[in-house]
Amino acid sequence: MKHGSALLLVAIAAGALALVPLLAPPFYANLLVPFYGYAIALLGFNLLFGYSGLLSFGHALFLGLGAYTAAVVAGVWGIKEFEVALLAAALAGLIVALPLGWLAVRYRGIFFGMLTLAYGMLAHAVLFKFYHLTGGDSGMRVPRMHLLGLEFAAYNKIELLAGPFYYYCLTLCALAAFLMWRIVRSPFGLHLRSLRDNAQKAEYLGVRVHQFRLAAFAISGIYGAVGGTILGFRTGLADPELVYWTHSGHLVFMTVLGGFSSFLGPVIGALALTLLQDQLQSLTQYWRLVLGAILALVVIFLPRGLAGLAIDVSLLLGRRSAPSTASTTETA
Amino acid sequence: MSRQPTSNAAPPAEEPKGAPPRPTEHAPSPLIEARSVCKNYGAFRALENVSIAVREGEFVSIVGPNGAGKTTLVNLLTGLLVPTKGEVYFKGRNIAGVGPVTLATQGMARTFQLVQIFPELTVAETIATAAVTRQGKRWRLLSPLPQDAEIATRVAEIAGLFGLSSRLATLSRLLSQGEKKLLDVASAFALDPQVILLDEPTSGVSTAEKHAVMATLAGAARAAGVQAIILVEHDMDLVAAYSRRIIALSEGRVLADLPPEKFFADPVIIETVVGKRRGVSC
Repeated sequence: MKHGSALLLVAIAAGALALVPLLAPPFYANLLVPFYGYAIALLGFNLLFGYSGLLSFGHALFLGLGAYTAAVVAGVWGIKEFEVALLAAALAGLIVALPLGWLAVRYRGIFFGMLTLAYGMLAHAVLFKFYHLTGGDSGMRVPRMHLLGLEFAAYNKIELLAGPFYYYCLTLCALAAFLMWRIVRSPFGLHLRSLRDNAQKAEYLGVRVHQFRLAAFAISGIYGAVGGTILGFRTGLADPELVYWTHSGHLVFMTVLGGFSSFLGPVIGALALTLLQDQLQSLTQYWRLVLGAILALVVIFLPRGLAGLAIDVSLLLGRRSAPSTASTTETA
Repeated sequence: MSRQPTSNAAPPAEEPKGAPPRPTEHAPSPLIEARSVCKNYGAFRALENVSIAVREGEFVSIVGPNGAGKTTLVNLLTGLLVPTKGEVYFKGRNIAGVGPVTLATQGMARTFQLVQIFPELTVAETIATAAVTRQGKRWRLLSPLPQDAEIATRVAEIAGLFGLSSRLATLSRLLSQGEKKLLDVASAFALDPQVILLDEPTSGVSTAEKHAVMATLAGAARAAGVQAIILVEHDMDLVAAYSRRIIALSEGRVLADLPPEKFFADPVIIETVVGKRRGVSC
């Protein structure tokens, strides 16, 4: 797909998403708010997985970290500015990611995956057991916060989420995607892709493999925590389930569904799963079974995910239109 | 006991094909040097008291039968392994175990016997990986690489040297075996190395392509200003055609360190290294 065409498609998609609160019932805008949280987290997750070759099975830890940070900033410290919660979450994500990543990036493949899974399980146990600090299984309340200094007192929670907060998240997601786009196209991004493909060769070309993996881990931690802040704000709660390993599996599911070899694949996966899960839940109590079957089909028949399918279809349409255009020109 | 070249040894009658330009000063200090190096793997001694030195302007080949210790020596010279005993110096600095990243930034490059590529990177991106290191831009997180004119220029230069200009946008995994080999070496050249170690650069390449690949490498080395080349090679025709000096290893020891004309004139050495006299058909 050509660069211009891809940008046009992204602009159209963003425009369509911007119209949701105006054209659709508030339910749908409210439904899409967590999508933005997941989309931001998955942009970071895919820097680690798609671009660095490290599959984390404990990445939900950072989403939980973001939500709990928002709970502490707004609920415990009484700072009601959402931007402060975002910055605090990003900082917490960095501070936690550095020591965890320092140890984890020495390993690859299943060992890295198991180590990150262990991190997630440890975090879950800490949040679950340290009741006096974390609220245990009840979690911590994330109070309503101000957006860009505005209280939006006239809005109830649903109106706030489906209106101002929706656009806030859309803008934040666009900014996060732009930033990540710059990162993956930078010299740093090239070195990440080189070590993903062949770490030994990369080292002989001067790529600092451990340092670069650690940097990718830290950036993905920051993105995860920022995404988690949105999830916490939306539900008004930070609870241990956010860091549980099944939630990490959810992130992997979204990434595989959308396609980890494309920049926007995980974002497409997050959108698809958010909508699909909502529809399936309303249709059957066996929705998890159906989701599992869909994942199996995607892995078997669409290894490059929905984004790969979209690229293949657009290439096919491009090939078909090219000869017809040529023949039209010749006739003319 | 190794057979060392004498100080009054006559220079080769003909300049070897790929030799880097000779230095202007007399007897320069070695660029890379191993001093009395031993390397054990458990109870097995892979290298025994090996001393070699490579100076500016030299094209040195390391030869020997399988298991002679060639790869261990190369791994020691590239800082990948730490010697059990002895020291390895690069430009006067002890480099034992410093690792390939440090050596790459200090001016040493290496290629491997088995072709090493980045399958999902294009030819241009593969060369750019090294150029980014060389130009110290690796930590630029937000500057768009496609718009970096310095990197693009360097990539075009290197690709031109190796005849890969028309393949810049091709994914590495889609190249022919010979092209993959050239790309492997081209990416190492993009580091602007002073010394390059070529570990069987023509292995896996068809006999017909071998000389073409080697000629391309030698030409590129001259054009890129590489000061010294160390070649590990089994093909004695290539060794004879390109080397200024040949170091033969056998059972972890230096068997000979001689200019080609003396090396190939010694039937004992030839028989030890290749198992038969060169040029004698079976």
